[in-house]
Amino acid sequence: MAQTRREMLIDPLVDNNPITLQVLGICSALAVTSSLQVAFVMSIAVTAVTAFSSMFISMIRNQIPGSIRIIVQMVIIASLVIIVDQVLKAYAYEISKTLSVFVGLIITNCIVMGRAEAFAMKNPPIASFIDGIGNGLGYGLILMLVGVIRELFGSGSLFGITIMETVNNGGWYVPNGLLLLPPSAFFVIGLLIWAFRSWKPEQVEAREYKIQVVEAH
Amino acid sequence: MGVRNFFDRIEPNFTKGGKYEKLFPIYEMVESFLFTPKTVTTAAPHARSYVDMKRIMTYVVIATIPCIIMGLYNVGLQVNSAYETFPPSGWRAAIISALGIGFDASNPLANFAHGLLYFLPIYITTLVVGGIWEVIFATVRGHEVNEGFLVTSMLFALIMPPSAPLWQVALGISFGVVIGKEVFGGTGKNFLNPALTGRAFLYFAYPANMSGDTIWTPVDGFSGATALSVSSSAGYEQLAAQGMNWMNSFVGTVQGSIGETSALACLIGLCFLLITQIANWRLVVGCMAGMIGFTLLLNAIGSDSNPMFAMPWYWHFVVGGFAFGMVFMVTEPVSASHTNVGRYIYGALIGFMVVMIRVINPAFPEGMMLAILFGNVFAPLIDYFVIQANIKRRAKRHA
Repeated sequence: MAQTRREMLIDPLVDNNPITLQVLGICSALAVTSSLQVAFVMSIAVTAVTAFSSMFISMIRNQIPGSIRIIVQMVIIASLVIIVDQVLKAYAYEISKTLSVFVGLIITNCIVMGRAEAFAMKNPPIASFIDGIGNGLGYGLILMLVGVIRELFGSGSLFGITIMETVNNGGWYVPNGLLLLPPSAFFVIGLLIWAFRSWKPEQVEAREYKIQVVEAH
Repeated sequence: MGVRNFFDRIEPNFTKGGKYEKLFPIYEMVESFLFTPKTVTTAAPHARSYVDMKRIMTYVVIATIPCIIMGLYNVGLQVNSAYETFPPSGWRAAIISALGIGFDASNPLANFAHGLLYFLPIYITTLVVGGIWEVIFATVRGHEVNEGFLVTSMLFALIMPPSAPLWQVALGISFGVVIGKEVFGGTGKNFLNPALTGRAFLYFAYPANMSGDTIWTPVDGFSGATALSVSSSAGYEQLAAQGMNWMNSFVGTVQGSIGETSALACLIGLCFLLITQIANWRLVVGCMAGMIGFTLLLNAIGSDSNPMFAMPWYWHFVVGGFAFGMVFMVTEPVSASHTNVGRYIYGALIGFMVVMIRVINPAFPEGMMLAILFGNVFAPLIDYFVIQANIKRRAKRHA
């Protein structure tokens, strides 16, 4: 890997973003982004798990037999997720209740597995750790963007602090109920991907086939 | 031919290399709106038909005229009737008073004029906002603006409740045009019906303004349930107690969205669309068969707790948006199935889903919108299996 550590950290934010370019980890991005606070905690949790799991897997990468490597990776990731879950329950019980099953489901988050398999198995621990942080932040960045849009327009607040007074509380803003439903994140993420690819056209995939125009003869 | 000469004179400014090259789609829009489009196919096959897209779209708009007329009359009728108990207020009432038309619910002209004051703001908003999106995309993507938008905007305005706030109308049509159509490449490439996509967006985003008992007649304090919500809460036998019989549901003097209350007006439109062969009759037959078949099945099963089970098919046909959706949205050629066998299946799927949602899902009293969108999503899959089955059958025959 010819990347510098700085590139490892910065690259996944926009140029190689796990959500908008690789389209991984969509499930949790749909489920936890209706309020910014929850999205923020989820971002930190995923960043921590990705970083540490990549580091630990990288440490023992030369001892892991190829045929059972997925199982070994899963054991490490699962242990870390349980730690994160316990920490959240101890120090942020309300949020852990809102996140409910999605903390546990970090185990199945494709980003964590993907980085372990694609990067940590071939690179030294410190590089893997930084790569994990970078990808976690890339995931977190999109989660926060989606969270801002959904919470601001869905309930008129950010981090639970009222920005636009809603009609029900005597204000002027009519909240958009669709944005509080999980499917709305599909639209928001889709539009974000559209925006990212208009900004960076090199992210657009090549067409699988092209409609051919036959010239008249 | 003064107008033609004018267009010929200014055309070089808009074609490649001209001063306003980027604005060509706008020039093209105005020109093809007034004249037959000049574009012709350059490669085989050269199918010749008098039914071009311009004609299809214009005919659909013409077919909605009975619905518009009935809708305007009915909105005015409901408002004027409500004014007998609630005092007239708002700018519309002021205009009507100033013109000296009055609020007599038995005077069709007064009803019509009053309805117009509710319909026009919604329709103009739809046209302007949707039109701006169309032109933006046409200019950026370099495709032409076409008459398809006239259909979308008309249908969208007709399925709005009369009390819909205009900013919500603007938001809905924006969503419908951009997400329902333009992101997939514009007219002819949309797999969802754009008008319904916008309506569904509003339905989920602002349920308080898009469903309930207070929105169908835009008079403060007035509350009137639609036939469907009465049926689902108390049973269709109770409709008579609310002053609704089958006949006035059929003619359309009941609560509902602007253009969808009158099954009669929809049927007139349907006749026009079938005679001109714009609408494919297989879709209509499939839809009716699916609806009638599943309703008869539910009638036979029966239920003690859910009064909707007993609702006969001729009631399903006249209440809610079924007739309007079947005539103008199920028959939309782009988002429907493209194979003949597929069209029966597609129609039947929608007919079945409408009754399914109306009767069995307690969360949604009206199912037509969701059923059609559901059908839209399945249309390509239905086509795929129909074509595969055909290939298999032919392969067997020639094996």
